[in-house]
Amino acid sequence: MAKKVVMEALSPTMEEGRVVTWHRREGDAVKSGDTIAEVETDKAVMELVARTDGTILRVVAGEGDTVPVGDVVAFIGTPGEELPAPSPAAPSPATQPQPSPEPASAAAPVSAEPEPAPLPVGPTQEPDGQTGRVKASPLARRLARDRQVDLRVVEGTGPGGRVVKRDIEAFVAAPTPSVSIPTGAAYEDVPVSQMRKTIARRLVQSIGPIPTFYLTAEADMERVAEAREALNTGNREPRISFNDVVLKATALALARHPSCNAWWQETHVRQWRDVHLGMAVAVEEGLITPIIRHADRKPLAEIAREGRELAERARARKLVPEEYTGATFTLSNLGMYGIDDFTAVINPPEAGILAVGSVTTKPVVAQGAVVVRRRMRVTMSCDHRVIDGATGAVFLQTLVQMLENPLAMLL
Amino acid sequence: MPDTTFDVIVLGGGPAGYVCAIRAAQLGLKTAVVERDKLGGVCVNIGCIPTKALLHSARVANVVRHDAKRLGIETGPVKLNFGVAMKRSRVVSEQNSKGVAFLMKKHKITVINGTGTLTPGRQLEVDGTSYQAAKAVVLATGSRVKGLPQAGLDLNGTTVISSDEALLLESAPKTLAVIGAGAVGVEFADIFNAFGTTVSLLEVLPRILPLEDPESSDAIAKSYRKRKIDVLAGAKIINATVTKNGVTLAVAVGEDAKTIEVDQVLLATGRAPNVEGMGLEAAGVEISDQGFIKVDAGLRATAEGVYAIGDVAGPPMLAHKGSREGVNVAEAIAGQTPHPIRYDNIPSVTYCHPEVASIGLTEEQAKDRALEVTVGRFPFSANGRARASNETEGFVKIIRDAKYGEILGAHIVGAHASEMIHELTVARESEYTVEEVDLAVHAHPTLSEAIAEATLDAMGRVIHI
Repeated sequence: MAKKVVMEALSPTMEEGRVVTWHRREGDAVKSGDTIAEVETDKAVMELVARTDGTILRVVAGEGDTVPVGDVVAFIGTPGEELPAPSPAAPSPATQPQPSPEPASAAAPVSAEPEPAPLPVGPTQEPDGQTGRVKASPLARRLARDRQVDLRVVEGTGPGGRVVKRDIEAFVAAPTPSVSIPTGAAYEDVPVSQMRKTIARRLVQSIGPIPTFYLTAEADMERVAEAREALNTGNREPRISFNDVVLKATALALARHPSCNAWWQETHVRQWRDVHLGMAVAVEEGLITPIIRHADRKPLAEIAREGRELAERARARKLVPEEYTGATFTLSNLGMYGIDDFTAVINPPEAGILAVGSVTTKPVVAQGAVVVRRRMRVTMSCDHRVIDGATGAVFLQTLVQMLENPLAMLL
Repeated sequence: MPDTTFDVIVLGGGPAGYVCAIRAAQLGLKTAVVERDKLGGVCVNIGCIPTKALLHSARVANVVRHDAKRLGIETGPVKLNFGVAMKRSRVVSEQNSKGVAFLMKKHKITVINGTGTLTPGRQLEVDGTSYQAAKAVVLATGSRVKGLPQAGLDLNGTTVISSDEALLLESAPKTLAVIGAGAVGVEFADIFNAFGTTVSLLEVLPRILPLEDPESSDAIAKSYRKRKIDVLAGAKIINATVTKNGVTLAVAVGEDAKTIEVDQVLLATGRAPNVEGMGLEAAGVEISDQGFIKVDAGLRATAEGVYAIGDVAGPPMLAHKGSREGVNVAEAIAGQTPHPIRYDNIPSVTYCHPEVASIGLTEEQAKDRALEVTVGRFPFSANGRARASNETEGFVKIIRDAKYGEILGAHIVGAHASEMIHELTVARESEYTVEEVDLAVHAHPTLSEAIAEATLDAMGRVIHI
């Protein structure tokens, strides 16, 4: 008689699980104790094991499906035997349609079948509440630590999707995506993982509908200043402002960090491949954010010209809606008002906004000596449902590196 | 009318072919193996297995003759009888070959006895019958011994022999020159030396076991010289005179000229892949410049639905490499994506005494690649278990990446090195660094403690030395 495989409570607080991968397919023979699927719980990815010997007759829950604890995900039995008809009581919305015939007579004994006994939580590894478990070899971990690669974003090609040395090397060597290669789709929808759901729910309870945190960094602007002077020699038009360079660098950094170029969409996070950069423009009675589309792919002069033109038309109230809706990230600059640093308010569904302060001359310590440098502070407001501290920090690091070495923008 | 249609037909029942067939059968594929001789191939019948039986006899002979008295065991005069040892080795081979036949039956694999010829469209002709493979034909025809005609030494089966004949000798020759000091030559030198033969071991390259780390080569050369084996590295054969009763070799070793007169010469200078007379060209299967069947990274030959595995698919010509290729090809045919083979992590083992085993790079190779390395070493003379069992020859040497501790290569010379290397093979395959190897507690007293100590030495904190 076919036995049901149900979604087990793999952690004390687990209420539902998302099937990540099936290790066994329909028709595969399994033994009690074999891992048949990986299930993502609210805390980590864990293994679902068979509790009986037999053949997987049918897989009910597909990869990516979320299934409440206790619901059937598969059946194990002997090949050829009849399967119970889909339970009319509570077909989980996640289950796939079951095209099985329903002979009433054969179904009768099935209902008497004892449910698998409640199962103890296996002696699995303690999940790390903060980050979940990332499968990676010790060597890959060392390399990642040294090269500041976030293991969670690396695709593993080792056994069971484990991140191994070649994955780190490929990740480090890979050309930054979508900078020069226009990709087909403008965005990628990343399903919200159980962990992200938990983070989102808890943080919203904590500090309001958009759980924001702030990251501040300071960039040395000497080399931008030099580059700007060089670019602006003579009467060349358009004049390049500090803000234009910051716009360009932000766009490039976003292209490299799509996790920050994203919208919160409740059920998923939309990571944009294109960078549509909003720039806050103060207008009479308020504020509007016209958008420089594909800012990562436009030359600096184009950004300067377009930015200038959009700002003028914004002040003249001549923007059409397409010109101020659909930004993937926004930049707000109050440097011209002498503001050193400030925080900006996120414009949902965007996940971040960058507040740019003035370029000021001040003493800094470089190589043990006090020197006078031009510096600029930026503060990024991050929607914590989308961006974690480390994710935002790595993005800001890229941005600062580009500002401190503007030639890097040519790469 | 016998069944002539299968999902997979494997040509060759050696360690690559029969393992491939078992894995294919496990995955539900209807499988046949074509074998012209005995199941198990060279490995089981005239290679790995019978030599290990003889090497065991050799080991016992050396212990009884040289060590027994120290260990408190007095024997009378020791008589050595190579013929008896040889016959035991044949029994072991036969048992293993029957074991393979049993495995074929167990997995419902059809064994077709005969010589197969590939024909286009995934077909095989065996003695006039045509067999069709619905999914794939896997070529696993192995390799054979070869002569050294360029030095005037053609195999004649009497005075110029290969491992094939050496394994069937009724008695050990009085004098023997082994030409080629790779694993095969070094093992036969060990065997015949133990059975009382005066052995010369000749290698044209500057050191014996030329693929191993130089420290391993040196350790074996030293050990062999102690046992009165004449080890001649960098030896070039100038002239060979073959008569009915013996062979005279004129050899140049560096500046010196030397004449060696022996009853028999054993050629161990490599093996030739079996690619002839099996219809490869007509079926569109190309041969590489080195003479192996040309394959891609997935071991696919140039004809559709044809794969090649084992010796015939290229070096290293090792049974365990062929078996793994067999598993991977079977899984690929069944539509799976097997874990890719890391060819630089296939253990290489010579079962002489003391044994030599290694994975990955030698210290030289690491330096040639300009890698920044740290080397850790530990001698068995400092290992309690080795001293207790009177097996203190050899060492463990580990080459690690200086920065991240990645295990780049490992070399073991010593008793049971063939068994011990796998700790490091597993570690390296799983990308454990020297640190993880040491973190696993090693039982005391064991020879394997020397591995942990060598990893510690590679981290600059060896304990027992």
